[in-house]
Amino acid sequence: MSEQQHITLPEGSIERQTQTLNLGPTHPATHGVFQNILEIDGERIVSSESTVGYIHRAFEKIAERRPYYQITPLTDRLNYCSSPINNMGWHLTVEKLLGVKTPKRVDYMRVVIMELARITDHLICNGVVGVDTGAFTGFLYLMKHREVAYEVYEEICGSRLTTNIGRVGGFERNFTPAVFEKLEKFLKEFPVALKEFESLMTRNRIFMERTQGVGAISAERALNYGFTGPNLRAAGVDYDVRVAQPYSSYEDFDFTIPVGTTGDCYDRFLVRNAEMWESLSIIRQALDKMKTLPSDVWHADVPAYYLPEKSDVYTKMEALIYHFKIIMGESDILPGELYNPVEGANGELGYYLISDGGRSPYRLHFRRPCFIYYQAYAELVKGAMLSDAIICMSSLNLIAGELDA
Amino acid sequence: MSLTSDYIKQRLAEKFGESISQVEESFGTLSFAAPKDLNLKVMQFLYDDEELQFRFLTDLTAVHYPERKGEELAVVYHLYNFRERVRLRLKVYASVEDPKVFTATKLYESANWMERETYDFFGVEFVGHPNLKRILNVDEMTYFPMRKEFPLEDQSRVDKDDEMFGRGGHIGI
Repeated sequence: MSEQQHITLPEGSIERQTQTLNLGPTHPATHGVFQNILEIDGERIVSSESTVGYIHRAFEKIAERRPYYQITPLTDRLNYCSSPINNMGWHLTVEKLLGVKTPKRVDYMRVVIMELARITDHLICNGVVGVDTGAFTGFLYLMKHREVAYEVYEEICGSRLTTNIGRVGGFERNFTPAVFEKLEKFLKEFPVALKEFESLMTRNRIFMERTQGVGAISAERALNYGFTGPNLRAAGVDYDVRVAQPYSSYEDFDFTIPVGTTGDCYDRFLVRNAEMWESLSIIRQALDKMKTLPSDVWHADVPAYYLPEKSDVYTKMEALIYHFKIIMGESDILPGELYNPVEGANGELGYYLISDGGRSPYRLHFRRPCFIYYQAYAELVKGAMLSDAIICMSSLNLIAGELDA
Repeated sequence: MSLTSDYIKQRLAEKFGESISQVEESFGTLSFAAPKDLNLKVMQFLYDDEELQFRFLTDLTAVHYPERKGEELAVVYHLYNFRERVRLRLKVYASVEDPKVFTATKLYESANWMERETYDFFGVEFVGHPNLKRILNVDEMTYFPMRKEFPLEDQSRVDKDDEMFGRGGHIGI
């Protein structure tokens, strides 16, 4: 900057001074409660410092008092754009601790829901990148179809955003015909909208110039900063927990891991778009596989951990006992220590769980991907323009709820 | 070649001998403990070694065990090898009176905030950390809330009148 200047400015002149700008914590362009204190020279960012923790809710502490099944609603509120993945990740962790083996159909049902959640998360992120570069239209095209996905959740678990979907051992109820109808509707209509969205954005000159080379990170730096998920893949590392450490029968599916090369906002955008296509294909495969399996299985046969049918509770003694034990949080939990990751929509979501055999975890730690990779933000925006910092932030897919736990 | 737990154990034993303790494998993850002044040496060895290549810090956190005298705080590192897809858990114990552990920020940039979070909640002081201050809690806080001496409020307590949230007052719970 200063070496480009041809005029020698006197010491302490106003042109030599930098300004401090508070971006956030409630700025509409930060899409969440983040504060970035930027030191700017004109429009160029000299340095930045991020403050997080505005919506810290002490989930890890609360989890130390709750029975296992009551922790699921806490996980909803981490990455609330794709809460079903968080819920399933928690169920899978507890199942791994308890040694519960779920039937194939349950795995496939979970895959359908998780991939649907991944699509809803990516479409928001990519839509918002569009909004921040000045194109609101694409966002609205996609948003219309998120509604259908949310209706699917609603049909299964009754809620839409903070879903608390599924139980340890399976689902709370079988998929109703309406679920399959809505899924068919989504699979039919969403690809059309996504295609439209891509043709609107991907080769758009303005969009490309706004995003290419912005917020770029090399694969080496990305790994050092603990990047995971689409952000790491955009830098060219094909790491995906679904493949590296398959869970919920992901090994049965045929899909590719899209990777980028430059790790900039444009590549992150492309990787997310490509992942949405892969997710659509996985959902189709899962639905096909489910057709070959008996349609009345939606949970594992683990009466000690899975709530019995309500009618059985009123008529059968064992069902009543199990119901009581589960609701009171008195199920027998084995002691153990494990780290179980799932591929969340923005990275590797890990659950580090220590059980001492008590009714609640001794310690539960969430590995929250965006908390870890947000550290790189200062490096990503250094020397960039102020408007690039905004795009960089939205294309990292930062979710305040997850960041602050 | 595939990297087996036995091989990792053998390499660690060769390099660090008796210092490596609590070697166990649970749920497919090899876990071991190292003395706290060796944590960086162990991580550097795991990072540099051509065959081990644990070059990704997945997670860093702590656990408080109040009943283990002299080693109340366990700092837990989860390391990952991308090539062989192997995960490793390293634990370092520190006493609650002198919770000083060397920082891993020189090796991993990602450790910066994770160590700040660990300091914030457990009070582990990372020696050499560039910016060790609270991250999620307010700066004015004087205690470390995730330690076990701070239990959550008993939900059945009756002495507190909090009508807004359905306890005490005319509801009478």
